[in-house]
Amino acid sequence: MLDSVVTALGPEFPQYLLAGLATGMLYALIALGYTMVYGIIELINFAHGDLFMLGSFFALQLAIWVGAANEKGEVIPGLGTGELAGAVLLMLFGAALFCAVLNVAIDRSVYKSLRSAPKLAPLVSAIGVSFILMNLGVFWMGTYDKNFPELVSAKDNLTPGLQFTVESVTFAVKVTYQHVLVFAITLPVMVALTVFVRYTSMGKAMRATAQNPTAARLMGINVDRVIAVTFAIGGALAGVAAVVYGLTVNTVGYQIGFQSGLFAFTAAVLGGIGNIPGAVLGGILIGLLEKLGTGYLGDSWRQPLVFAVLIVVLVFRPNGLLGARTREKV
Amino acid sequence: MSLRGVASYWLVAAFLLLAAVPFLPSKSAPIYATQFTSVLCLAVLALGLNVIVGYAGLLHLGIAAFFGIGAYTAGVLSTTAFPFGASFLVLLVAAPLAAAAVGVVTTAPTLRLRGDYLALVTLGFGIIITRLIVNFDPITDGTKGLTPVSPNLFPGVDDPELPKYGPGWNNTWRKYPYMYFLCLGVLALVVIGLRNLERSRLGRAWVALREDELAASCMGLNPARLKLSAIALGAALAGLAGALYAVAQDGTTEPKAYDFNRSMITICCVILGGLGNRPGVLLGVVLLVGYDQILTPLLDNWIQQQKLNPEGKEYLKVSGWRLFIFGVALILMMRFRPEGLLPEARHKRELHPEETGQPAVGGEQKGASSG
Repeated sequence: MLDSVVTALGPEFPQYLLAGLATGMLYALIALGYTMVYGIIELINFAHGDLFMLGSFFALQLAIWVGAANEKGEVIPGLGTGELAGAVLLMLFGAALFCAVLNVAIDRSVYKSLRSAPKLAPLVSAIGVSFILMNLGVFWMGTYDKNFPELVSAKDNLTPGLQFTVESVTFAVKVTYQHVLVFAITLPVMVALTVFVRYTSMGKAMRATAQNPTAARLMGINVDRVIAVTFAIGGALAGVAAVVYGLTVNTVGYQIGFQSGLFAFTAAVLGGIGNIPGAVLGGILIGLLEKLGTGYLGDSWRQPLVFAVLIVVLVFRPNGLLGARTREKV
Repeated sequence: MSLRGVASYWLVAAFLLLAAVPFLPSKSAPIYATQFTSVLCLAVLALGLNVIVGYAGLLHLGIAAFFGIGAYTAGVLSTTAFPFGASFLVLLVAAPLAAAAVGVVTTAPTLRLRGDYLALVTLGFGIIITRLIVNFDPITDGTKGLTPVSPNLFPGVDDPELPKYGPGWNNTWRKYPYMYFLCLGVLALVVIGLRNLERSRLGRAWVALREDELAASCMGLNPARLKLSAIALGAALAGLAGALYAVAQDGTTEPKAYDFNRSMITICCVILGGLGNRPGVLLGVVLLVGYDQILTPLLDNWIQQQKLNPEGKEYLKVSGWRLFIFGVALILMMRFRPEGLLPEARHKRELHPEETGQPAVGGEQKGASSG
């Protein structure tokens, strides 16, 4: 029994798991942006993925400006570890700031006037914003994919001895600096976000606004400011995710916003949209599904698999895995 | 007279004008009419989506999947690669049936879902279908698409030789201008059929469902059955559009024609023109698809002829601004005229209660999922 399972999984299984977990953390970061905005103003922010895309372009531009990469997106040789780390940090903060400002600006100029409109109006506007951002992305970097500098190497195997044998199949796990980078960035960000939402007064105001905006306003909470902060945090997370994506995938293009955004959005819904731990759980599940699906079924079955699982989950749990049951008010 | 009444007169006039295009002595008439043919197919598609989103208020983001199912049903049933060799008449029945069946089977388990969750499931479903079309290579020819889709008109009868009355006319029904007339005729029939349906028991029940599901079910309507019937009819129209499209293009063309972009553009047409209002939806299709497929190539050709863009820069091409212009149009519409260019009377009352002096329909911000 175990024998046949192990043989079916093959020696790559732990490697797929690791890759899936890393991708999942990335989706979780983007999904948090979707879910937080949804939690506050019940808007599926379709433009979030494209914001992520522009964030990766901005990071690439920064890398070129500071001299860490050339115009082709190749790393300039001979840079020391300190310089590389500095470039990565600068890109992280730069892209986070860029996306946060852009997200707040979009909210102010487009969504804000539609707060009391029927729900379809902001949703359609978000689709419009997504179109505009995608078009700007094409103007910025063109229609072809661009190299993103491999500032963090994927070549070194940090765990050469890490392998184990089960029933005659040897599993070997190769952990690279890129894997370390993903977890070293995403985990602290998520912890910080949890602390912020749970223990600061702004976080409390956010939770109150998510529960009931009118009541929150009556309690003296500046709801407009809460919404702006939510968009800023969501944008910053997208910016961080964009840099992590660029540094690990090493290719960016104007369509990554649509592809990653769709999966991240799926993750948010899978976990229960509006629910912060749900977004992380959903992101990790989608990441695992994607990598295992690609590994065992091939790239062409990745999307059908992810969406099929989503539909099946929603059939049995209509509010997502961690979403609260809602009853329609009469 | 209400705006709506005027719109329906305009509609009749527009159809008559369109029908006259191939009789013009102009040399460019064949070019325009051929391009209009695909616009007409997409108009049928948009009307199908309008049944689901506009009438029944279910936000469906994967309508292109049904369009694709229709086109590929037509392809499989009529290409020489398969032994069916069905005629066009059979396709007209089989493609809508196939699309409607898939629609009902896939939607039935997800009826419990509300608003945004349903939207995501339909989006996912659309993406799955497009991927499956590519992945089932042996049947669908993968990314290349099935060709040729050139069925006979009637089963077991050779196609008649048709007369030519103008420049560029062909004597087969599958080409200009007969295909154009055929699509125009089908569209007219669909418009008339939907007009009657809107006023029928079913049509009014859909509107009740859209405005308030709970209230509708309290009045004895069966929401599940109403939703399924809306999906079935919408999918059937989309399937019909797909079959027409495949025959008009003489092939299913590449699967990209049935992807998420198509769904998005179609829903933009419906919302831009006026959710739930037939003339509005048609206007939306003419504006968006017309801009996309007719105006943009014309302007780009002109720019190229004038040598205004020697380096081929993306932002100096009209087509380079395509998404930008769509996006701005959508945002401005939602800001200033969310009911669409030609609104449905009830939607308009809902969104601008102050103008009509009547109370808003559905109470405060209700019918949110329908808009």
